[in-house]
Amino acid sequence: MGALQLSQWQFGITTVYHFLFVPLTLGTVWLVAGFQTAWFRTGKVKYLQLTKFFGKLFLINFAMGVVTGIVQEFQFGMNWSEYSRFVGDVFGAPLAMEGLLAFFLESTFLGLWIFGWDRLPKKLHLATIWLAAAGTALSAYFILAANAFMQHPVGFEIDPETGRAVLNDIFAVLFQNTAYIAFFHTLASSFLVSGAGVAAVSAWMIMKNRQVDVFRPAAKLGAWVILVSAVLVSVSGDMDMKVMVAQQPMKVAAAEALYTTTTNAPLSLLSVGDLSGDSATTIMEIPGMLSWLATGSTSGEVQGINDLQAQYLSEYPQYGPDMNFVPYVPVTYWGFRLMIGLGMIAALYALLVLWLFRGGRTPKSRLFAVFNSVIVLFPLFGISAGWIFTEMGRQPWVVFGQQITAQGGSPLLTVAEVWISLIVFTLLYAILAVIEVALLLKYIKAGAPEVVNEDPYGDAQKDADKQLYFAY
Amino acid sequence: MELTTVWFALIAVLWIGYFVLDGFDLGVGMLLPVIGKDELSRRVMINSIATVWDGNEVWLLTAGGATFAAFPLWYATMFSGFYLALLLVLVGLIMRGVAFEYRGKRDSATWRKRWDWAIVVGSALPALLFGVAFGNVVGGSPIEPLVGSQPDLAGSLNFTGNLFTLLNPFSLLMGLMTLTVFMAHGAIFLALKTSGEVREASRKAALRIGLVAAVIAVATLLWYQAFSNRVMFTLPLALIAAVCWLAALGMTLKGRDGWAFIFSSATILLAVTTLFVGLFPRVMVSTIGEGGIYDLTVTNASSQSYTLTVMTIVAVIMTPIVLVYQGWTYWVFRKRISTSMIPPQPASGRADDRFANAAG
Repeated sequence: MGALQLSQWQFGITTVYHFLFVPLTLGTVWLVAGFQTAWFRTGKVKYLQLTKFFGKLFLINFAMGVVTGIVQEFQFGMNWSEYSRFVGDVFGAPLAMEGLLAFFLESTFLGLWIFGWDRLPKKLHLATIWLAAAGTALSAYFILAANAFMQHPVGFEIDPETGRAVLNDIFAVLFQNTAYIAFFHTLASSFLVSGAGVAAVSAWMIMKNRQVDVFRPAAKLGAWVILVSAVLVSVSGDMDMKVMVAQQPMKVAAAEALYTTTTNAPLSLLSVGDLSGDSATTIMEIPGMLSWLATGSTSGEVQGINDLQAQYLSEYPQYGPDMNFVPYVPVTYWGFRLMIGLGMIAALYALLVLWLFRGGRTPKSRLFAVFNSVIVLFPLFGISAGWIFTEMGRQPWVVFGQQITAQGGSPLLTVAEVWISLIVFTLLYAILAVIEVALLLKYIKAGAPEVVNEDPYGDAQKDADKQLYFAY
Repeated sequence: MELTTVWFALIAVLWIGYFVLDGFDLGVGMLLPVIGKDELSRRVMINSIATVWDGNEVWLLTAGGATFAAFPLWYATMFSGFYLALLLVLVGLIMRGVAFEYRGKRDSATWRKRWDWAIVVGSALPALLFGVAFGNVVGGSPIEPLVGSQPDLAGSLNFTGNLFTLLNPFSLLMGLMTLTVFMAHGAIFLALKTSGEVREASRKAALRIGLVAAVIAVATLLWYQAFSNRVMFTLPLALIAAVCWLAALGMTLKGRDGWAFIFSSATILLAVTTLFVGLFPRVMVSTIGEGGIYDLTVTNASSQSYTLTVMTIVAVIMTPIVLVYQGWTYWVFRKRISTSMIPPQPASGRADDRFANAAG
């Protein structure tokens, strides 16, 4: 494998890994803020317990998201220097804004939240978690806007002298539909994962007959968060699909392994055979469904892979007559299906939780217990599948229609160098994953802390040399 | 003033922010085995920076992002060229970041000891390597055009050395400077932020390490004059930095911890300013080619004026706001920490809430 392919693997591995932690962070921080607000409003101690319990799980997870995120920002320059040169004028802006507007906000106010229980008045302390939550969402917005530029570049022109992209409309980059729909979709799916996490942990505690009064409302809340976000994921996914048809028809065709342009195109549910050939055998399909999803009408026309390939060959002659503009279809086809299927399983799980735990009931089923203990992985891997589909479906482009991935790498990087970093990252990440999961399990099993409903801030004001309320 | 000059200055400000702020928490991390003789004092040290280290590190991310936005060719050439060095920096930052959060999460001496090493190594690697990297930026590294990669010269400039090219004498000295200065700066911060035995040990360490750092820093900054574009500014700046450093050590000796920290911060500010003033208008110096033809400069490496204007507006609005709320954090957690204030080590998940036992 050459340095470029290795860099692709490295980017894929580190990004998918990073994005195992991010969705849990993005959603859970709002739920923790919600629990703390409920405590602030009602004064009921169980909400404080839930705040601290899920707050701790959130922080264990957040630490991983932060440290793996630094790698992402460095990697553009390290492994993709030609890409960075080409798009830096445009792409750097949202990244710098992410630092100035989002990272400072989330890191500073999260620090205040973690250690500020006895240093800030109750209301101000509550505000810190909401500000941290706003920071995480803003951060997601900027990086998704940057990614949207790769999917659908806007707001720029090519400098005729240097051949590089030059920004001419920042608002187009930040607020194009590709960006805000991706944000909507990502945030909704993050809530899906976080809802599943909260519901599954709570259901487990209830079934163990531990702190049932505390966790019953949380299980219910988690299930409803899943259901509401499942609807929003579908709505935003549908919006995304329509935008994709207009902006990246090849990705849509690859998602369906649709080789010839078709009106009244069916949605394939299951397909066999060599999907990377120029045809595929479909076993199960819904007539007209793809056309409906893509265009809003069952008789709409959906472009096929072979026709798009021919079209791009004439549109982008600079890459030569042998250029292949088709993404790797097995990955896009199955990535797309896994994304939807795994997400739907989470929605079914939510219904199951609401039914099984209705009116103070507790299920005894072992089967459900097993399902419950792995459920969070379904929507989580669904999101991974979605991103793999999105990014692999854009290939061979790194910036759609502007730069191909093969021309975006760092030209002088050696195979040995990338092997070293790939192995180092993979090993380090694997070790950290084991530690992280072990810690999460440990703190889940420990249950919610038994707290007294007191005012640490007031106490600290009375006694200056008192022990710190919270310390590492 | 040209926007490119403004952005050169802003990048310098971000690096100053990073080195002054993360500088002390990297220093505290490295000092863990030096000052933290027992578990309780190690926890005092970690808790002295626990509230702020993450916010401090964002200065690095923002400096990286801002370099990408304002000088993409600088970002691309530097990050791809310093590949393995940056890999080590990343490994360090990952290890220490996770360590702070996870160290107290299991009641086991072995567990904590391992994370302590993660903090020490994870702090030392960036502290050393950022100095080495800057040594190569300001002192020069092999940068030359690749034939046919871009239609313009600046776009085709790439670092053509390897890890060992980066480890040249001047850059290694730079690395030693940042390593020792951050250690002393961290000790000075600890003296300000703690009380009792940790404070006493920190003051001693600050003086001892501070003197070593002084020798290394003076040697480095004098050597740097050979690469400086305007010695008439950088030499006096370096001398003022040295005076500030001595003042920081003097104040430490007198027990004036606040002043000591102000002076050591001023030293870092002045030293980074020295480097950037002597570098301008170059952003990466090439050791290849006559008359600096292969240097990356604020002109040939920068974004166009539209991007710079947009980013200037964002930076002008946001930087003061960030400074205000980050400063407020320091105010909220201004209290000195002593061993008696550290709650008992969490034994299990629930007991690290102090009221667990009280409530039964």
